[in-house]
Formats: sequence, C-alpha cells, structure tokens
Amino acid sequence: MGRRIVLGMLGLGVVGVAAGRWLSDGVTEVVASTAPGLANVLPATGGFRIYTVTSGYPEYDPATYRLAVNGLVRDELSLSLADLAALPQTGITKDFQCVTGWRVANVPWSGVLLRDVLTAAGVEPGGAALHFTSFDGVYTESLTMEQGMAPDVLVATSMFGAPIQEKHGAPVRLYVVPMYGYKSLKWLSGIEVVRDVIPGYWEQLGYDVDAYVGTSNGRSDDPVV
Amino acid sequence: MTLSSDAAVAPVQLQRFSTAERWVHRTIGILLLILIVTAALLFIPDLGGLVGNRQTVRRIHEIVGFALPIPLLLALLSRAFRDDADRLNRFRPTDWKWLRSRDRRSGRIPVGKFNAGQKLNAAFSLGAILVLLATGTMMFFSSYFPDALRTGATFVHDWLSIAFIIVVVGHIYMALNDATARLGMRSGSVPESWARREHGDWAAEELGTVSNND
Repeated sequence: MGRRIVLGMLGLGVVGVAAGRWLSDGVTEVVASTAPGLANVLPATGGFRIYTVTSGYPEYDPATYRLAVNGLVRDELSLSLADLAALPQTGITKDFQCVTGWRVANVPWSGVLLRDVLTAAGVEPGGAALHFTSFDGVYTESLTMEQGMAPDVLVATSMFGAPIQEKHGAPVRLYVVPMYGYKSLKWLSGIEVVRDVIPGYWEQLGYDVDAYVGTSNGRSDDPVV
Repeated sequence: MTLSSDAAVAPVQLQRFSTAERWVHRTIGILLLILIVTAALLFIPDLGGLVGNRQTVRRIHEIVGFALPIPLLLALLSRAFRDDADRLNRFRPTDWKWLRSRDRRSGRIPVGKFNAGQKLNAAFSLGAILVLLATGTMMFFSSYFPDALRTGATFVHDWLSIAFIIVVVGHIYMALNDATARLGMRSGSVPESWARREHGDWAAEELGTVSNND
C-alpha cells in the first residue's frame, strides 16, 4: 500500500509538471479574483518574488538620496528626489515578467523617462551605452544607448500609485518595459554614460545582456509591449 | 538474572530503532530543517529581506536538496531499516479499521510496530521527497526544459513543499505530545508498558521471541 501511495504521488507529480502552466494560470486567476491579498503569501499566485543580492534591503535617507548621472555627459547631475519630481512625469502600466517564469500583470509605474534624464544631462558623442549602479553596492545593470532612449524605459519613483516600497527598490529603480525583470535594476543610485556595454550582475552570472521578453534566455513568454 | 527480578529493578525495554535508523532519522531531520528554513527565505519576501544574499541561500537549498537522498540510500544498507520499511509498506486490515475508528488512541484496536498514520506519513514523505527532488532537479537544470515544463516543475515544487511542510510540522507535533516515542527515537528502546499501549501487536511479537534486551 505504501508503495502504491509513493507511485501515485510520482504519477501526480508528472501530471502536475505537464499541466503546471495551465494549473498555475488558473490558481493565479482564482486568487486574483477572490483574495488578492493571498498573492503575497502563496507561491505562484501572481505576486512579486523578491530577489536581493546582498544582506537585507539597502538603507537610504530620503533627504540625502541622490541619483548621480555622469560619464560622457555635458553636465554631470546629482538629482535629489525633489529634482526627480520636478522633471516631466510619465506613467506606464505594463506587465512585469521575471526570467524565472512569474509575471505580474498590469503594474502601474510612474516616474521620469530615462531619456528625459539623459537629455537633461546631455549625452556627449561616443556615449553608446549605459551603466547602472545600485546603492546596495553590488547590483549593476546595462543598456545600449538606443535601448535606454526608447520611450518605455522609466526611472521609476512610484509603483501601484504609491512610493516604491523598500523591497521593490525604494526610492528609485529602473523599469525597462520590454525586458526581463533583472534589467529593471532596484535601488538605483548611478547612471553612467559609457562607450561600451558593461554586462551587469545577473549577466555575469549567465543571463542574456539583451534581455527582451520572449526572445532571450531561452524563453518564449509573451512579449511585453 | 530472571526476567521477573530484572523487571523489578528496571522496566523491560524493547528495542525499537537501530543505531543506523536513528542516525538516518536525525540526518534527514536536520537536512529537511535547513531546506524548510531556506525555502521560507526564498519564498516569503519579508523574511528573505531580513537575510538577503539570495544567491547564497539558493545555493544552500540546492546543495542540501541534492544531499537529501544520500542518507536514505545509505539506510538501505541497514537490515533493520529495510525490515521497518517493509512494515511501513504493508497495510493490514486492522490499519483501515484503526484509521476509521474514533477511539484509535485507546488501544482497543491493537497496532503493529507502526500505526496506520505513521505508515501514511512514511509513504507521503517518501513520495514528496522523490517528487520534490525530481522537480527541484528540473528547476536546477532549467535551461534544458521548455518554459511550460519549467513553470510546471515550479508549480509542483511550490505547492507540494507547502503540503510537505504541513505534514512535517504535524509529525513534530505528534512527537511533542509523546515523550516516550521521542525517547524511542533518541535512545533506540521503549518501555514495554508504552509498547503494549501504543503498539500492542508489536509488543506481543517482541515479547514472544525476545524477553528483554539487556
């Protein structure tokens, strides 16, 4: 009998793996429509999963926080939260797709378009790539200048209509709409205009540099556009 | 020394678990505890945030996960373990009666070395470990699998681990309520009186062949 239970579980496991994507979507839908709060507690129910690369969440002081924009620029900038709030604000509501498979639909973000920040600093000739740093001291990211100037890359200060939470990258993070989540660097503190792409933290661990959703990292998710 | 005079000095002890079995139980317990703690850190954002270092936590979870079957495989070398595995596998007609009865704790329906709950727990635990190991391996080598199977493996791994944790917590809860059962797993032997009450048929079997074990 014990053997039959074990074999039965193995069989159910195989069925679960085969039908998992469909089941997973179903559970996500049920939770979202009946008890959205559960999504923060239960696995694979449409909530965010938080990946940090250092101990805990990095701390900052809203009064002294500055976003440095430097490298191949006409004017080096050091933007406070008030400076960012004074720049033209853009809202974007799009899905957030993680390279590990989870996706959160229709997340409302707002902040300043990266290209508006770059325009304010003035990109010098030869500035062909962007190197982003996080004040957690470890997390870095990259974009080509062309990718960074697209109208769907946000220096985000708000998420779900409220200031970004610590675990989501407070006070300022990137949101790169068409790419997997790891490109949307959290706890953003530096934007450096450079000549060549410098692969970021996750890219050095083997993830793709050009991380378009659906056509990179060996995945075929629906693109986020 | 006769049995009666011996019993007057100390209660008769019945050998319940061999040294090998106790070590296997202890090792798997520790590995599962590490797996549960790291799983919680990987799973619950507010908990994971306290510790961070996701890559390290993940690496620990992976290494310990792959190590989990080793004590189980080594245990198969032990005769006592194989015998007990055999007992756990065999459901007797009285097991179903015992499960259905309201007074299953009264000792009215005598049980063997393991009661039906322990047998179900053992089978579920082994099944869960095998499925978690298989889906965990798929997640570890995720680049070899298409998205749908990756998502499926993650789905099964997530939900089965929650079910398994509940069962493990239940196992610990039952043990906390029975100091003698814990003593049996710690020292290897249990007093005859406990065995007669909790595992009547096993006590009769043991006392019929082995009078004591000193």
